[in-house]
Amino acid sequence: MSLMSALARMEAAAAGRARPRATVRHRHLAEHPLVLVPLTTAGEAGAPLGALAGTDRAAPELLVVPQPRDRDQRWAFLARLAGVLLPHLESALDDVEFEERKETDPETGKKVTVQAELCVDAPQLLVPNGPGVEFVRLLGRSMRFRRTAEDDPDAAYPAPPRVPLLGRWLTQYGERARVPGSCLLTSMTELLSRHWATGQSALEDQHLGALLAWIDPPEGLTGAEAALRAETGRDAGGQLLCPPAGPATDPAFDNKLLAPAVARFDAGVHGAEEEVRTLIESQLRPTWEAVWRGVDLLRGLPEGERVAERFKRDRWSYTGHRDRVRSGEPPQPRLDDAVTAAAKLAAREQAQARLEAQEALDDPLVMAERRLAGEAFEGEVVEVEMAWSEGKRPMPRPLVTLRTTDRPHLSEGGKVHRAMDEGARQSAEFVDGHGPGTLTLRLTNGMGRSKEPAPGTVPEKGDRLCWTLFEHSPRGGPGLPDVEDTPWTHGGPPSESPAAASVPAQTPGLPDPGGTVGSERPVEERTPAPLPLPDPVTSEDLL
Amino acid sequence: MTHTEGSTAALRRRLAELRGGPEVLPRPLDARALAALAANPGCRRRALLDGAGVDKAALAQALGAPAPFGQSQFAFARGNSFEAKVKADGGAELIRLLCASTGETPPEPGAVTVPDLSADGPAGRTARTRAALFPSAASQDPPAAPPVEGTDEGGTGGWSLLYHPMLALDVAGSTAYLEPDAIAVHPDGSWTVVEIKSFPILDGSADAAKVGAAARQAAVYALALEEAAPGGQAPVRERALLVCPRDFTNLPTAHGVDIRKQRATTRRQLARLTRLEEIAAEVPEGTVFDPSRPAGQLSSAVESVPAAYAPECLSSCELAFHCRERARAAGAVESLGRSIRGELGGFTTIGAVLEAAGLGPDSESGTRSDGPSQQSVDRAEDEDGERADPAGSALRRAARLRSEALGEAMC
Repeated sequence: MSLMSALARMEAAAAGRARPRATVRHRHLAEHPLVLVPLTTAGEAGAPLGALAGTDRAAPELLVVPQPRDRDQRWAFLARLAGVLLPHLESALDDVEFEERKETDPETGKKVTVQAELCVDAPQLLVPNGPGVEFVRLLGRSMRFRRTAEDDPDAAYPAPPRVPLLGRWLTQYGERARVPGSCLLTSMTELLSRHWATGQSALEDQHLGALLAWIDPPEGLTGAEAALRAETGRDAGGQLLCPPAGPATDPAFDNKLLAPAVARFDAGVHGAEEEVRTLIESQLRPTWEAVWRGVDLLRGLPEGERVAERFKRDRWSYTGHRDRVRSGEPPQPRLDDAVTAAAKLAAREQAQARLEAQEALDDPLVMAERRLAGEAFEGEVVEVEMAWSEGKRPMPRPLVTLRTTDRPHLSEGGKVHRAMDEGARQSAEFVDGHGPGTLTLRLTNGMGRSKEPAPGTVPEKGDRLCWTLFEHSPRGGPGLPDVEDTPWTHGGPPSESPAAASVPAQTPGLPDPGGTVGSERPVEERTPAPLPLPDPVTSEDLL
Repeated sequence: MTHTEGSTAALRRRLAELRGGPEVLPRPLDARALAALAANPGCRRRALLDGAGVDKAALAQALGAPAPFGQSQFAFARGNSFEAKVKADGGAELIRLLCASTGETPPEPGAVTVPDLSADGPAGRTARTRAALFPSAASQDPPAAPPVEGTDEGGTGGWSLLYHPMLALDVAGSTAYLEPDAIAVHPDGSWTVVEIKSFPILDGSADAAKVGAAARQAAVYALALEEAAPGGQAPVRERALLVCPRDFTNLPTAHGVDIRKQRATTRRQLARLTRLEEIAAEVPEGTVFDPSRPAGQLSSAVESVPAAYAPECLSSCELAFHCRERARAAGAVESLGRSIRGELGGFTTIGAVLEAAGLGPDSESGTRSDGPSQQSVDRAEDEDGERADPAGSALRRAARLRSEALGEAMC
């Protein structure tokens, strides 16, 4: 934790309510996000218990599985979930704009500019907390390899029609959620804790009720009191006043209320299904309201300047998935091949660096944190001395001296950057520090092509400037080889035999995650024909 | 880890007193508790209460800060049914999974010995387990077995599987009885700790936190096995076998988990555990942790043993909510997270930090404004104070930059 955010937490602890960590909203928030509050059955992998979902705060759709171990009921639940989610996820498929994009021509190998379709919007999915994001991924994984009766007339337990497609969308959203700063699928706890510092630890911030209690405590309570009530307060029957934000349920709820009701349902007692529904809704409703309260709080912050640019990348991701589905590609593989995995990691690292840089540029409070860390500095121009580069065509290289109270970690020749009007950028190199609080920079670009700098590009005496030691749009590392050229150190090129495409099926024991990943890689990604095998299903499976 | 008879008996008596008298039975210290204890070895309160076998859940309830732990009966039923399924065929499936993971040849069906380990009480079960692990020493009195070399030479040379054996481990002066899910004895006489868990292994990977917890637990069992072996030379394999449901099915799959690191860590931390005698000696005479006592008495009793609270405790210790309340009341900076101490130098309380940052008195009255009133003072202090008080001057700079940025954003 940085010193500044530690200080913010302590201020919050002393003041009894959360303190700002940002002055603008650093994440895209859709006008009509779809909120999904899922619940799962304890001890089971991906056996949903129920969900509230919808874009209308006043009218969520309640989905309940009265007996989570019943396969048919689970299918019915997933089919209904597809009925609620897919119209939202597919709502922006056809509204496109055209973007110029450089592509390598496969025949000539030259870079050519093409007009590519880009969806104007990308629908957003909000869940209450981090485990909710993981659960969406898990649901996606559990559905995308299923076969419908149409895919495979012989399937023993065919999935309802649109379920595998929903699985692919949820996988796409879940995968995108791992990219720092992305907003297709995101959790309310992550959104809120990015923008507010509470007087509790980051671990405790993962409790949505407690987090909201700090940010917006009810009348007459401090944040700490309200958070404690949200965490531990129980009614006379021993039930939590603020049920957990899922997907896990409270054991006391399972044991005292849900299990007896499910038993009555199993026994065929009249009205038991309605009883289970009411119980599940009682656990979901408070979280549903909490997520929307979080949405209200976030809307109170103005959107950061560069949020739209980052969201455009989400729109590319959405458009890319749309295109893959439309071109009939098979579902995402179980495991990425070595090259894809490396590319994903590199993209996430780059996204992280970009996010950090852009947040600082958008928000003086975040920039203050970087200034404290010596990664940026702000100062007043006290002197500008014109100078030119040596060489045939002298270019302007003015020397700018600033007075600052910040302490950047600069050594001679160190590069610094600043943002100018209309998205332009300027770089400079550090020349010298003259005693405490004064330093001189040599501007190196952003002044036009002629010998005299373009007007307004060289700062004047008295200007206040903010320079950063980090790049504003960090570039990625060197390119990665094509999948066909995977080096032997990473398992070599994937074999094209269909046998390799099969699931590491009935073989007991798991491949050692260390070395064999490459050879285990299913190849259905490029070979168009065989669909990846569905997960094995046996009659005695609970799931 | 050796104690003279006298000191052991005295300690046992003392711990019984702390528990509330000889009639209050101690709560067994299981591997999960041990693994969690090793995660926070500096906490004397936890060491003493666990060592004495105090029912911490009841104690927390009596203190008015009950632990939110519990297990859903759904999870319980699922865990049991999975374990039963794995063991259903007399161990053949388990041994097959183990062989697939180690590359050994699985035995013929029915060639796995499953000894009966049932007995009255933990001591009896421990003796039965020991007899099954050391067939050669079985005829003698197991606890007094002489340290002979090559203990496995009397082995049958076949596979055997010990379901729910019982192992004894001496922890900070008291004996903990541990019950692994299973121990497999290989034909070469070496042993593999088997952990059966009901979380899934999905596409070859599982929840890292859960695998880590299972590995720490297995490491404790491995240590207990080492202790059981005469001379401490136990042929425990470096990889424990983790058995979990595969993907979304109820079919078992298994994975060898290297526990060398966890074993070394746990061994070191157990050895480092402040000895119970020392801790117990510092507790005032007459202190009792019997949950039936009034809350006021209990509170001061608990207060007499120092704790090392960190937010991580909330997920593992029953007393955590009580400790958190005390830590917050004292304004301890650790209540905001362990990592927060790093940059704060010698400051230990939130009040002191805010005071040093120049935010103290204002925040006390709750009318702190972000105005630039104190900035000039800070700036002057900055240069001079730096060398004498680096943490303090960093805090003042942080507070100044923060309030400037907030002020800027407001206009």
